[in-house]
Formats: sequence, C-alpha cells, structure tokens
Amino acid sequence: MATKTKRYNIRIAGVGGQGVVTSAHILGNAMSAAGKYASLVPFFGSEKRMAPVEAYVRASDEPIYEVGEVVYPNVIMIYHPQVITHGKSYTMPFYSGLKENGIVIINTDVDVLTDEDKKVLDDLNTQIVMYNATGLAMDIAGTELATNMAMLGFFFGITKLVSFEHIEQAVRERFLGNTFVASGGTASLDSAIEKKFKRKVELLEKNMQVIKKSFKIVEEQGWTEEKEPVNA
Amino acid sequence: MPEQKVVDIDYLLKEAPRERHFITGAQAMAEAVKRANVDMAIAYPITPQSEVMHLVGDLYAQGYLKDYYRAEEEYGTMSAIAGASRAGVRVFTATSGPGLLRGIEAIASWPGHRIPAVLGVLTRVVNAPLSIQPDNIELAYLLHSGVVLLHAENQQDVFDMTLAAFAISEMVDVYIPVAVATEGFFVTHAKGYVEMTPEDMKLPPRDPYKAPVPVTDCEVPPARIQRDAPVQKSNFMSYLIHAVWQQEVWSSTQRAMKYIYKYLNGPIEVVNPDADVFVVASGCAAAQGREAVRYAQEEGLNVGLVKIKSIRPFPAQEVREALKNAKGVVIPEHNIEGWLSKEVKAAIPNSGIVVDGPRVYGGMTLPVELIMEEIYKILGIKQEKKVVI
Repeated sequence: MATKTKRYNIRIAGVGGQGVVTSAHILGNAMSAAGKYASLVPFFGSEKRMAPVEAYVRASDEPIYEVGEVVYPNVIMIYHPQVITHGKSYTMPFYSGLKENGIVIINTDVDVLTDEDKKVLDDLNTQIVMYNATGLAMDIAGTELATNMAMLGFFFGITKLVSFEHIEQAVRERFLGNTFVASGGTASLDSAIEKKFKRKVELLEKNMQVIKKSFKIVEEQGWTEEKEPVNA
Repeated sequence: MPEQKVVDIDYLLKEAPRERHFITGAQAMAEAVKRANVDMAIAYPITPQSEVMHLVGDLYAQGYLKDYYRAEEEYGTMSAIAGASRAGVRVFTATSGPGLLRGIEAIASWPGHRIPAVLGVLTRVVNAPLSIQPDNIELAYLLHSGVVLLHAENQQDVFDMTLAAFAISEMVDVYIPVAVATEGFFVTHAKGYVEMTPEDMKLPPRDPYKAPVPVTDCEVPPARIQRDAPVQKSNFMSYLIHAVWQQEVWSSTQRAMKYIYKYLNGPIEVVNPDADVFVVASGCAAAQGREAVRYAQEEGLNVGLVKIKSIRPFPAQEVREALKNAKGVVIPEHNIEGWLSKEVKAAIPNSGIVVDGPRVYGGMTLPVELIMEEIYKILGIKQEKKVVI
C-alpha cells in the first residue's frame, strides 16, 4: 500500500473585503515556494464588500489533478463570524460536506457555535479552533485587513505544511511582486513611488508580524493536528 | 514575434526540446496555434466563449497569422472556414456551447467536403435554462458528424492535441477536420503546467496539392462533388454517390487512428491495468478519475483508470481489451445523457458491469467522492456516511 499523501482540501468562507481570495493565492504560492503542490478555485459570483465570498484551495505533497470547487473539504476556514451567525455563505450550514477528523478554524471573539453545531462537529471528530484573529490583526498590524494573515498563520502553524520562510516568500511576492529588488535602485525612484514602496514594505512587515504571532499562539495553545490527516 | 523556422512534423511533435510553463487551457490552445503555421483564423465572439480566439487574435496582431477576422455569427464562421480551407490555406477556429450548435450544420459538412480544419471546442451548457457553466453535452452532437474528436484532460493535453490535430487533419489518407475539446472553466480558465516546444519552431506550411481532392483556385473549379451535385442526377446516382463518399469519410476517421498512436501515444491511457474496478473517463473527468485511483490506493482497493483521449475514432478494441478482466466500470461524466457511457457499453461484451454515472450537469463540479461511492458499491463495501450535506 502506498504511503499516505498529506492532502488538504480547503474551503475558505468569508465576506468581501477580507482578502479571502488573496490569502488563498498566498497559501498556494507558499506551497509552490516549498516545492509542493497547490491548486486554487475562486467562486465566481458578484463579490462585494461584506457579501459572501468563498475560495477553495487544494494543497499536497503530491501533484493534484482534481478540478472544481471543494465540495467535501477536510479543512474549513471561516474568516468572519457572520458567515455562521448571519448565514453569509454559499454553503449552509458552514460545515456541510466536512469530512471526519477535519479541522475547522473560525475567526471570532465569542463562541458562535450552537449546541447542535457542536454535536455535528463532535460526531465528525472535528478539531475546532476558535480565535479572535481580527483582534490579533488589530493588535499587531493595527488593521483588521491582516485578519487573513492570522488565519493563514493558524493553518500553517497547525499543519506545518511549509516553513515560515516559504510563507514570507509568498507574501512578499503578493505585495512587492516577483521581480522587485528592494536593494537595487530604490534611491533613484521618485518620491511618489518611494512612498508607495515604503508603504508596501511596511505592510509586508506588519503582515509577517501577524503570521509570526499566530505561529506562536498555535504553539502556546498546543494546537497540533490531533489525528492522521484525513483522506481528501 | 521571433523568427520561426519550419521543422519536420515528427521532430516538432516528438523530439523538439520542451520548456515548462504555467498557463491556462485557453493559453495552451493559442500556444499550439502559434507553432502550427496557421494561415488564417475566423471567429465570432459569442458569450459564452473562452479566451482562445481573443489570444489567437493577438497572435495575428503579432504576425503569426496571415489573416484573421470576425465573422457575422457561427454559421458564417464555420462556412468561411470551409471556404478558406478549400482555397488551400491552414485554418483554425474555436467556439463554445451554443456557438457550436449554431455552426454545426456547416461543421457537419466539413468532412464530406474534405476540409482539414482544426476546431477548438471549449464546452459550455447548451440547453435552457441559460447557464454558462462547463457541461459537455455539446460533444454528443459532434459524435455523428464525421470529424475526428479528441478530448483533453488538462492544459498539457490541450497543447499536445491541438498541435497534433493540425498534423493529423492534413494527412492525405485522413484529410478531414479534427476537433479538440476540453471543459470550459475547469481547463480553459485554470492554470496548469504545460511542457511546450520552442516558440521559434513551427510546422511546415500546408501543401494544398498533397490532398485527396484538388483545392479550388482560378484554374481548378470546385471538386466534382460540388460542381456536379449528386442531387442533380437520378435518385439512384444520388444514393450511390452520397453512400460511397460517406463511406470514405468514415474510413478516413478510422485511418486517423494510426496517427493518434504516432503523435498522442494512442487513443487511451491505462493506469493500473490489473485493477478489479476501472474508472473510464474522458476530458477533465479523467483528472477526477486519477484522484479516485489515488484514494483507492490509500484504502488498499485495486482500482484503475482508462482515460479515453480519442472519442472519434472511438477506440472500441482498445477499451474492450483494457476492460476484459474488470469486475465493474464507473464512468463519471459532465453531462446528463452519459454519451461516453453509451460508447463504452457498446464496445464491450458485458455492458452490465458498467455503472451509469456518476454524472453532474449544468457544469457543476464532479467530486471524487461521488466516484468513490460507486466504487464502494461495486466492491460491496458499506460506507458509514457521516458527512452532513
């Protein structure tokens, strides 16, 4: 029998403006930077601020052939509590299709799960992580826009799929582009570009600080994968 | 554009060095057109479409093609393609869903007119209620048209099959159109790794005089079949001419098979030939089938995959041979009718081993879990279902 592949089929649900799709790209690029595999499917809809957004990512040590939305995820990340409390989601209830032994990471400052939700998730042997990722983003980066970074940090902190450096490379690519060489020629850039670039570098640093902190929280809280990765 | 040098067909398709790129399926099709020494492209940008003809328009702007224009609609596109091809140039067009059906009267006349055109089919829903998602029922309409029909699983297949299509369609003993189909969105809009031949190499130009029917020019009037239409003769002559001509067209489709072996490693691919249960699939359903084989392996089940690359000619003999020891066959499809299932059932002596499905339609995702469910049923494995839907 072949050795079991580490394979995560991830559904990310949030609301418009939270960087759901952006973080899905970063997740995929971090896998790529680590020499692993990922594929990404955004949901085609009419996304707008505070309206439901979903993105799907598959991540693995092995090549991925499968296409299409993830209907049966083994990881679900909820970027906004209203996905659950207000039903701001294409997928209702938010855990529909979840496989056994899966991981659910929810950004919230209060317990948003009903007793019924808890029973279903418990029956599925789900590892539930609830944390105020927005609060963390505000504390560290001073903006709730870094919520997605905290969520990414939790996911990679728990699964240990890639190292911190790989994530940094992916975030850098996202904010500064692939070809930007910070050391060469910044002096010659006019002040407008320089200012813009400086802002981008600051943004990058803040984002990385959030991820670093979320790694630390995972360690402090002792969140590790409790069971064998589920078949996905 | 780089200066392109003409290289031998066999060299370009089989030996030329390749470089890895991360591109969409639509880009992969256009990249193949770029290397195929295409003279002319004609298209109508109906919705839904893919980016293919837009990208081929860019190729024209860069100088890779001699001519490109927007037809008035698909019937006009497909008719103009026939005219250009009959005049001796190499042509390409692509369409999707409703556009394919609008053009199909003209397309169905291509084989009889011996038009070696290459047609990209990027599948979309065709029936009401309106949707623009990647259902592939439209391919069923092509099955009886006489064209060679290749079905691509991923971006790499799109590139390889499109490039090979130009070579196959112009072989003197084939000389009929080749359609290369793949699913919209899942393949056309998604990126995958594609090993591509160098940009500065292209196929030799079309030689219009290496043909079973003469091309039309100022000296040569249209082939006898058009100049002296059978319909103008007695009924008896009309039957006979049409009959022999159609026999020849369908024999041509069969003769394409040897080139499918030569340039595409055969009409089928078999993974785990000694399996108990096979997933038989074409297009991007084959990708889902590959994942089912992986799942099954992890669970210690002996499951294989038969990917069918060529739908016309249909590799009946090869499929029969591959499935001769199968206990069960699962055929996942992206359409409600199950056209592939019907082809496979007709090809094997024990069609009762074929499970009808799973099928998804309206263009929705085909989860691997649905394929696994059928495999469990065949193997008599009771799965305790805990998933909440």
